[in-house]
Amino acid sequence: MNMSNRIKLAAILGVVLLAGCGERPPITTVQLGFRGTGMEQNYNPRLQEKVAAANQVGAVQPAADPSGPLAKDIYQNVEVLSDLSVGEFVRVMTSMTEWVAPAEQKDCTYCHNIEDMADGSKYTYKVARRMLQMTRDINSNWKSHVQETGVTCHTCHRGQPVPSYVWFQDPGSGRENAFVGTRAGQNSAVTGLGITTIGHSSLPYDPYTPFLLGSLPIRVEGETALPTGNRSSIQQAEWTYSLMVHMSNSLGVNCTYCHNTRAWASWEESRPQRATAWYGIRMARQVNNDYMVPLTDVFPAKRLGPTGDVAKVNCQTCHQGVYKPYYGASMAKDYPELQRARPLPEAAVEALPADPADPAAGASAPAEAPAAVAAPVAEAPVRGPAPEGQARSG
Amino acid sequence: MAMLSFERKYRVRGGTLIGGDLFDFWIGAFYVGFFGVTAAFFALLGTALLVYGAALGPTWNLWQISVAPPDLSYGLGLAPLADGGLWQLVTICAIGAFVSWAMREVEICRKLGMGFHVPVAFGSAILAYVTLQVIRPVLLGAWGHAFPYGIYSHLDWVSNVAYQYLHFHYNPAHMIAVTFFFTTVLALALHGSLVLSALNPPKGEVVKGAEHENTFFRDNIGYSIGTLGIHRFGLLLSINAGVWSAICIVISGPFWTRSWTDWWGWWLNLPIWT
Repeated sequence: MNMSNRIKLAAILGVVLLAGCGERPPITTVQLGFRGTGMEQNYNPRLQEKVAAANQVGAVQPAADPSGPLAKDIYQNVEVLSDLSVGEFVRVMTSMTEWVAPAEQKDCTYCHNIEDMADGSKYTYKVARRMLQMTRDINSNWKSHVQETGVTCHTCHRGQPVPSYVWFQDPGSGRENAFVGTRAGQNSAVTGLGITTIGHSSLPYDPYTPFLLGSLPIRVEGETALPTGNRSSIQQAEWTYSLMVHMSNSLGVNCTYCHNTRAWASWEESRPQRATAWYGIRMARQVNNDYMVPLTDVFPAKRLGPTGDVAKVNCQTCHQGVYKPYYGASMAKDYPELQRARPLPEAAVEALPADPADPAAGASAPAEAPAAVAAPVAEAPVRGPAPEGQARSG
Repeated sequence: MAMLSFERKYRVRGGTLIGGDLFDFWIGAFYVGFFGVTAAFFALLGTALLVYGAALGPTWNLWQISVAPPDLSYGLGLAPLADGGLWQLVTICAIGAFVSWAMREVEICRKLGMGFHVPVAFGSAILAYVTLQVIRPVLLGAWGHAFPYGIYSHLDWVSNVAYQYLHFHYNPAHMIAVTFFFTTVLALALHGSLVLSALNPPKGEVVKGAEHENTFFRDNIGYSIGTLGIHRFGLLLSINAGVWSAICIVISGPFWTRSWTDWWGWWLNLPIWT
């Protein structure tokens, strides 16, 4: 082969190689840290168009008159939205129909018995009531995570009865105690459930059970350069890595959105977004333990996972591939009805026992969560050195 | 300066690319040439600029001194000296010095009537550097994507850039590059230990030659690549290490923005099992 043929061959191989990646310049980049630190986000604008199209805010009903008679005085069996006027109440009901009821049943009958609207026998009625409490709880008690943006039913549901991104426990292969063939909950790019947000990695594919249902320690990295007593294992680090990959993929960001990777554990060198995420993990934990798990027996079997567990939330349930749901646009601000203080938990669904098959669930006392919001003052991050070039626009 | 006995035959006139006879001389054992002058110029100027950058910075701690590229907002334009302009000048000096050195190697090859294997091999290292500091930043649209000049700071940059793609070990070209680097080191270790063993026999034994060396590896792994072959093999391995390094970083960003773990989706989507 002569020289010019070799060059041609190299050029062809090069083009094939680059085409194999499937992306091309121009790329949109965002600087997140001091220049030269490599803290950046990379976005392919062609791919982002699809993500953006899937993350538009839902329909907002015209505002309702908060004055006038209260719904609980006009209608029967109004327990959660008892502080709303009739107008506000109907507005919430109408919105829920649009946001949650399935396309083939976009009317009241998805939850209500049309003969007796106060009849609470449908499971959807019971679940919806609990979800309204949850929404108000999040909007009033989890401002550490949702801030003033807040959430509505649409944040997760997006017009569907079951949100697109929920998780169930994996039933496993049945070979967990076998001599060979056990995968130890990892090394599988796609789980048996076909839902994974750990991005085809070999990492443990269910980081949700230990961290978003249970409350096992996530921050396992040593805080000193040399080993000084940190007994965490590499296996634990892989579980943490898995959760972090899930968070990255859920938010459409990379690791440097929150961390300066030269010192993962350091709050001082992390971005403030890491604190928001810290609260988000606790919020997801509380949503799962206080709201979803107690509803397990309310749901029909068709809504449960292969191990009989209820659908649960993770970061992707709300974020759906975007750093803030709907890129930070707030639907909740148009819904003061969903912002009221947290009502007392409903006795009917409250005291169901945690799943005994899951020891991790018991470790997460529901009482821990709201207290935790105020707890980590000592480790709350402070903003690192301001990226000095950021202020200068180019 | 006195010459070593074998040096005389290396001091051949001519073969220069630029400057004719003007720079065709030696200082001590070192050939100068036009490119020796430019290499010294760029190296000294670049080093002086780095010292200036250190003086502007917050520390004289050798580990922590850093001269960083401009903010992304400058794009591919020029930046003020203190805000990345120094980095831009240092980069020009570095490329000037590296390329000068390669061209000086070319001149020496021409003097000796050798092939250009040595400058080509060095060229793969230059290619990796230029890819990191020029080609990839240009493809991404800003000098700010390049790495900073500092002992710790460039390592921190490597860490963060790797984690921009969540798990860089899944980058296929990185896998190949790492494999070539390790294999280069393995081959050099095997070769070096073999030569040292042959040349340093126990007391009372004679120095061994190529036949012994070949026999050692034929006994051990059933094959010996030979005294000439090991150098060709080393060249192949090391050039590939540099070239695949350049490839693995240039595809990260310009040609792939997501997690490198996700790139392997093509494997899952092969028609064999889907």
